[in-house]
Amino acid sequence: MTIDLKTVKHISKLSRISIEDEKAKKLTGDLNSIFEFIEKLNKLNTDKVEPLTSIAETTLKLRRDEVKSENIRDQILKNSPNENKDFFVVPKVVE
Amino acid sequence: MSKKNSEYLINRKNNQYEVVIGLEVHAQVLSESKLFSSSATKFGAEPNTQVSLVDAAFPGMLPVINEFCVKQAIKTGIGLNAKINKRSVFDRKNYFYADLPQGYQISQFKDPIVGEGKVILDMPDGQKEVGIERLHLEQDAGKSIHDIDPQNTFVDLNRSGVALMEIVSKPDLRSPDEVSSYIKKLRSIMRYLGTCDGNMQEGSLRADVNVSVRAKGSKKFGTRCEIKNVNSIKFMQMAIEYEANRQVDLIEEGKSIDQETRLFDTKRNETRSMRSKEDAHDYRYFPDPDLLPLEVSDKFISELKKNIPELPDEKKKRFIDEFKLSPYEATILVSDIDTAKYFEEVVAKMGKNKDIKLAVNWITGELFAILNNKNLEISQSPVSSKNLAILVNLIKNGTISGKIAKTVFELMLDGDKDPQKIVEEKGLKQQSDPKAIEALIDKIINDNREKAIEYKQGKEKLFGFFVGQAMKASGGKANPQLINEILKKKLQ
Amino acid sequence: MIDIISQSLTQLINNIKDKKVSSEEVTKSFIQRAEKSKKLNCYIAEDFENAINKAKKFDNKPNYDSKLPGIPIAVKDLFCTKNVKTTAGSKILSNFVPTYESTVTQNMWNEGAILLGKLNCDEFAMGSSNETSFFGNVQSPIDKNLVPGGSSGGSASAVAGQLTPITIGTDTGGSIRQPASFTGIVGLKPTYGSCSRYGIVAFASSLDQAGPMAQNVKDCALLQEVISTYDPKDSTSIDFKRSHYSKKLTNNIKGKKIGIPKEYRVDGMPKEIEDLWQKGINHVKECGAETIDISLPHTSYALPAYYIVAPAEASSNLARYDGVKYGFRVKGENLIDMYEKTRSEGFGAEVQRRIMIGTYVLSSGYYDAYYLKAQKVRKLIKNDFDEAYKKVDAILTPSTPSSAFKIGEKTNDPVSMYLNDIFTVPVNLAGLPGISIPAGHDSRGYPLGLQIIGKAFDEQNILNIAFAMEEKINFKNKITDWWIK
Repeated sequence: MTIDLKTVKHISKLSRISIEDEKAKKLTGDLNSIFEFIEKLNKLNTDKVEPLTSIAETTLKLRRDEVKSENIRDQILKNSPNENKDFFVVPKVVE
Repeated sequence: MSKKNSEYLINRKNNQYEVVIGLEVHAQVLSESKLFSSSATKFGAEPNTQVSLVDAAFPGMLPVINEFCVKQAIKTGIGLNAKINKRSVFDRKNYFYADLPQGYQISQFKDPIVGEGKVILDMPDGQKEVGIERLHLEQDAGKSIHDIDPQNTFVDLNRSGVALMEIVSKPDLRSPDEVSSYIKKLRSIMRYLGTCDGNMQEGSLRADVNVSVRAKGSKKFGTRCEIKNVNSIKFMQMAIEYEANRQVDLIEEGKSIDQETRLFDTKRNETRSMRSKEDAHDYRYFPDPDLLPLEVSDKFISELKKNIPELPDEKKKRFIDEFKLSPYEATILVSDIDTAKYFEEVVAKMGKNKDIKLAVNWITGELFAILNNKNLEISQSPVSSKNLAILVNLIKNGTISGKIAKTVFELMLDGDKDPQKIVEEKGLKQQSDPKAIEALIDKIINDNREKAIEYKQGKEKLFGFFVGQAMKASGGKANPQLINEILKKKLQ
Repeated sequence: MIDIISQSLTQLINNIKDKKVSSEEVTKSFIQRAEKSKKLNCYIAEDFENAINKAKKFDNKPNYDSKLPGIPIAVKDLFCTKNVKTTAGSKILSNFVPTYESTVTQNMWNEGAILLGKLNCDEFAMGSSNETSFFGNVQSPIDKNLVPGGSSGGSASAVAGQLTPITIGTDTGGSIRQPASFTGIVGLKPTYGSCSRYGIVAFASSLDQAGPMAQNVKDCALLQEVISTYDPKDSTSIDFKRSHYSKKLTNNIKGKKIGIPKEYRVDGMPKEIEDLWQKGINHVKECGAETIDISLPHTSYALPAYYIVAPAEASSNLARYDGVKYGFRVKGENLIDMYEKTRSEGFGAEVQRRIMIGTYVLSSGYYDAYYLKAQKVRKLIKNDFDEAYKKVDAILTPSTPSSAFKIGEKTNDPVSMYLNDIFTVPVNLAGLPGISIPAGHDSRGYPLGLQIIGKAFDEQNILNIAFAMEEKINFKNKITDWWIK
């Protein structure tokens, strides 16, 4: 199979990474060679194989319902790209 | 089961349309801490003060699941008569949004914790069963605030990571009234279980409403539209009404309906298309590799089952059997857990010689009126169950009349006063001494001899006059039954 | 005078305990070495001043019972370190200062170690040559313009170049073992779930593991003992009884059965790799172990499956870098515009490539064909190992299909770059422990490594085999200090 330019642009939209045409063209080439390599898997019949769900040989541990973290708003907002002391701030969302 | 005459149909010229509705209810799990982090879930905290590093998706932060939330989901599943899945899987639902810090929501896609179940609705014309498709656990997102600043959106992550149960119904609902009844029933069940407080003002319960229409009698489903995030029963009903009519109009005009997501504008009372995303949503679900499949044992489930309280349907049945209530009365009393609790407390405190019918009348009559008037929940009732029980007993044993009881009740409202004391202090005790009443009546007959003669000659209407005079003379306290009996005897 | 920087970790610990050197002297020596070694570009962030202060503090109130008493250590910049910039080699995190500490680094500080600084790596650990770092490529101490391997390239160069006595890296598809092999040092990727992932910038959650990189096997065992703990903050951390790896280390591997998988004899493998492998086989036999030919039939499918699973998880793990909460942000006209510009400028080409691959394989209509298929293949690969371990105790393979290559040699050919990890990737897919030890040199004098793969949780066994082989091989790294002259 081949991945065309339109698909690459669609994926870039889904990934929220803007790409201009030239970069998109290069990516199209890269992705095609990578997928050509990946397609090797098609040679293998896996119809009767159960997919792996977790590699960790353990069961999910459950935590007790306790409030442990206090108000750390200063820490949470410390690395924020804006200077508001109460909120994260982003450009207006257009609905 | 529903009778033809109450069917909700939309009529156009010669055509009749049926409305098909399915709900995805998002119910906030009652828990101290969040689903995958140990920060608090309290409503109304200062912005971003209940946010941990996990909730804000800092690099290297990992989710650890809250056992209590798992139990809450299973309990709710049991309450919905649903299949509990011993193995369920958490998936990531990937999309970008300002209030979704991870860039994905942890949810359950293919393998939810709870499978198919059912809910029984008590409609005016009988019961209706609504199928539950599934219930799964997921994280809530944060809150975007658009109205603080004209250029910017502010983000508060206090809600981010709070546990939600998404309860998906089958498309079994057929009218706005059924939707209302369904939501109320779900809320009732969850409040009985203590798994969700059902507070719609605070957003603890909200729903996405799927609406489609089809010609009456058709078996095929029409194209549906999903109305997102509606947070009151009234709005759900309004939205359905508007949306169903919109779809019918399109069909009548020969146009097609687009399957889309719409939002309900509460100010204009209309639904409208949420500006179609130029790139249709593709959530790219896959199992969250930070978590393992959730496995619960039979023992874990059976322990929870053992501790499930009596639920509304069972309670209703018991009220009918044990207290000889009518199905209508029982339905009213069980619909809210606090009402049922109040009622049962009253019954218990009335002791041996009790009049349950009378208690029901007082709760659903005077008490409900007062609560409604003062906009109070029954848990905030100004009259305690204990004092209401005493009041009902005072009527039952003839200490006061029903009429006096209303006066006493008014006085009880101020500080939950003991009705017994009110009766004593105000001297409201009913006069039940036949000799005293006889003396009183003798005097009245003596004072109104002419009227007594007229009565005896056949003017029976005058009996009421004598009763009135006797009551007046006793200051309203005379036992009306005794007055009747003695008057009849004396006027013969 | 003790030549501090050329000492092994074990020697340094003994010298500090014997009060022959102070922590301050040791710390300053490594700092001086780093100052002279800027050309290698090992460091992204130095924390030298704090390190010296901490060393002084240690010397004033030494605790010689701790396992890493006053030992200065630089770590890969994928570990979040409290109040010290953590970038994951990316522009998008170039200004990020965590307010928290990763579990594995905290374990080290708890045992008396001192943070020297943060070491360069491929951006978000995506790379096999350390050329994708926003902070520039790392030079190998082995030779000028040679890649140190990746993604833990800065870590490998820092250990081989004696800028740190030991270090920790992370390994998702070979990121500890391949650079260890390229720079002539020892690198251990522990069993999945052995070391906590809490506080490590995630690449591919089901594959990532932290592990030690050291000059010798004993040092490696000691650090593994420190960093491997059960951590309730990581749901995939496993609560198993951890061995006292360094104390129990033995060169007695008599009677051990060691598997030699025929599928690792790949087409076009250089003869020198083949010879190295044979040499290794001879060594383990000399140590009294038995070698058994085995088959891991699905080996050739490992790399394609990896290039589905790892990018898929990465595409989702890296969604949080959106300019909203921390890190780099490019202004935008609206939210979406901000996202797209931030991520386009903030991520480098390889990271973008992998996010795209991952997004594509998870997108509607392709999930079953790619992601689900890859997870099935992963199961088959795991089954291969399970079968093999019915017959053998460990498996011996080359670490890489070739020795280190020149900077720029493979940057325009992603697939040929990916092929570097052909022997290491199956181990990650199966969640097993694997160790690379230096075993010889190629014709140009570049190091070559051998890999020993163990059963899950059997780190002790592969450390023992590595320890026994190390003695036989008697490898000497040829470090000429070319960057200083």
